Amino acid sequence: MSPYFHSVTLDEAKCKGCTNCIKRCPTEAIRVRKSKARIINERCIDCGECIRVCPYHAKKAITDPVSIIDDYKYKVAIPAPTLYGQLKSAQSRDHILTALKMCGFDDVFEVARAAEIITNETKKILEEQKFQKPLISSACPAVVRLIQVRFPNLIDNILKLKSPMEVAAKIAKDEITRDKKIRQEDIGVFFITPCAAKVTSIKAPLDKEKSFVDGAISISDIYLKVLSSLGKIDKVEKLSRAGFVGVRWANSGGESTALGTDKFLAVDGIHNVIAILEEIEDEKLEDIDFVEALACQGGCLGGPLTVENMYVAKTVIKKFIDEAKETGFETASNENYHYDIAWTGKVEYRPIMKLDKDFDIAMKKLETLHLINNGLPGLDCGACGAPSCRSLAEDIVRGNANETDCIFKLREKVRSLAIQMMELEAKMPPVLDKDETSEIKSKKRGDI
Amino acid sequence: MSDGIIRKSFVIPANDFTIAGEASSSVKKMLIQLGADPQKVKKTAISMYEAELNAVIHANGGVAEVEIDRHKVFIRIKDEGPGIPDLELAMQEGYTTAPDSIREMGFGAGMGLPNMKRYADKLEITTEVGKGTVVEITVFLTDNEKEDH
Ligand SMILES: Nc1ncnc2c1ncn2[C@@H]1O[C@H](COP(=O)(O)OP(=O)(O)OP(=O)(O)O)[C@@H](O)[C@H]1O
Ligand code: SF4
Ligand code: SF4
Ligand SMILES: [Mg+2]
Repeated sequence: MSPYFHSVTLDEAKCKGCTNCIKRCPTEAIRVRKSKARIINERCIDCGECIRVCPYHAKKAITDPVSIIDDYKYKVAIPAPTLYGQLKSAQSRDHILTALKMCGFDDVFEVARAAEIITNETKKILEEQKFQKPLISSACPAVVRLIQVRFPNLIDNILKLKSPMEVAAKIAKDEITRDKKIRQEDIGVFFITPCAAKVTSIKAPLDKEKSFVDGAISISDIYLKVLSSLGKIDKVEKLSRAGFVGVRWANSGGESTALGTDKFLAVDGIHNVIAILEEIEDEKLEDIDFVEALACQGGCLGGPLTVENMYVAKTVIKKFIDEAKETGFETASNENYHYDIAWTGKVEYRPIMKLDKDFDIAMKKLETLHLINNGLPGLDCGACGAPSCRSLAEDIVRGNANETDCIFKLREKVRSLAIQMMELEAKMPPVLDKDETSEIKSKKRGDI
Repeated sequence: MSDGIIRKSFVIPANDFTIAGEASSSVKKMLIQLGADPQKVKKTAISMYEAELNAVIHANGGVAEVEIDRHKVFIRIKDEGPGIPDLELAMQEGYTTAPDSIREMGFGAGMGLPNMKRYADKLEITTEVGKGTVVEITVFLTDNEKEDH
């Protein structure tokens, strides 16, 4: 198996070793060691929560530099619809797309357009009613990874369709090869990403297939370039091909509202997502056919690599959604696209919380974990570098921490050592015994 | 755990919906850390949750005793509530005596006992009017342990 890849990392120089991120991480993936946060790789789902919460901006995502596009002869940008929400000064979507193209690309293809294809395909699946209810959107890779590590019983509920990004990359490559007679390997397709999770899904696709996307450039890295190009546009090109349905995907609820059913639920923010997935797993959620779950609050507009405040971005993108509604353009549901957009690979359960491969050993470890946990103060102060007392206890039984990492335990130990020292001190051998009473005693003895 | 069994007990508080379900969710967590099959974890969590909630809603709380070994999870939920006068009736889907106030909160669909029956591999209920109810749930962790009835 290939080593586990994820794209959120730490900027050591900036990290102060505070406890903000360890407390926020939904999979308890972060520990502070030697005054630096460390991410336990296998546990990270790239939700970006730690990037958002870090006051020192020490968490970042591995994305590709804008210069990566120079590696290819023909360069194509595929922007997430979220990009539109970042540019309030733009007159139209075509302005944004033209400005983006001016950043060094030969072509742009909207991911929003591919999103509409996914919408149509999802509708068909819903109509057929042959799925394990509720169907859970696979649009957010962080949520799919969350399901893999925490909700194995829901793996079968995941909508097994390729993401709009993948479909966009595939269509772009095929169209360019067909129309311009350029070899596929000469075409570089770059996703303009709002988040780390999407980067991971390119570098290490969930279904273990190879991605059609050749690189991921973060919205925040390319933002200034696009902004300055916006001011230099001579002629606006007609590059927009998506209808409002696709553009709306950037919003939480955008994917599901387009499905033509009321039996949907849209949830955003990773901790809210966890609460809903728990309800589904315990079968407490009834009469819902489709669940749209996005790791970021507000949906992709709240992505960790965006620049605009999510609420402002919502207002901005509304303008472009309305604009698209006016032009009335919509992908026809019967449109012929001969792409296989179903997942071919398999998504597997990754039991990251398991204490041991062997059940009996795991039992012993669990018992020890409970014993240790009972002895800890239960303050969840984070000073030991673990998010809670229980997780420290877990780290101890896994052999990754010591009981004295807890400052209260350490103090107890120091105190008991001090007491022992005092006791030892009191047991001085008689020759060195200088206390008064004994002096008197010896004098008396000498008197005799 | 010298005998290969993990034992835990929990107090189930009365009428406190906000923390109702804590016992079952910590059992769920334990099973996950033991590496139990996800499907078995689910069966345990749902059936125990229902029993726990019944103790909260219908019986002024109680206690839960849990035993986990290699082959099974055994859960006993005891209360000293009013007891169930007609168990057969109570077992029927949709049967409930929950008042409107509780139904408004989304409980009281009369599905708890049927769900327990469905998810537990073994379910034993002893109840006496005026004295209380004991619900015993067994979920086998290994498939070949399943008893033939
Ligand atoms: N521990 C108990 N003590 C007393 N009565 C109980 C107890 N458990 C169940 N009952 C009775 O059995 C009925 C059916 O229980 P069941 O769990 O199936 O449904 P419910 O609790 O009413 O609703 P739901 O579980 O769907 O929220 C209850 O309404 C109640 O009258
Ligand atoms: S990205 Fe999310 S899962 Fe990964 S370390 Fe940060 S908070 Fe934890
Ligand atoms: S909600 Fe959107 S931006 Fe946020 S992690 Fe998921 S896919 Fe990325
Ligand atoms: Mg009930």
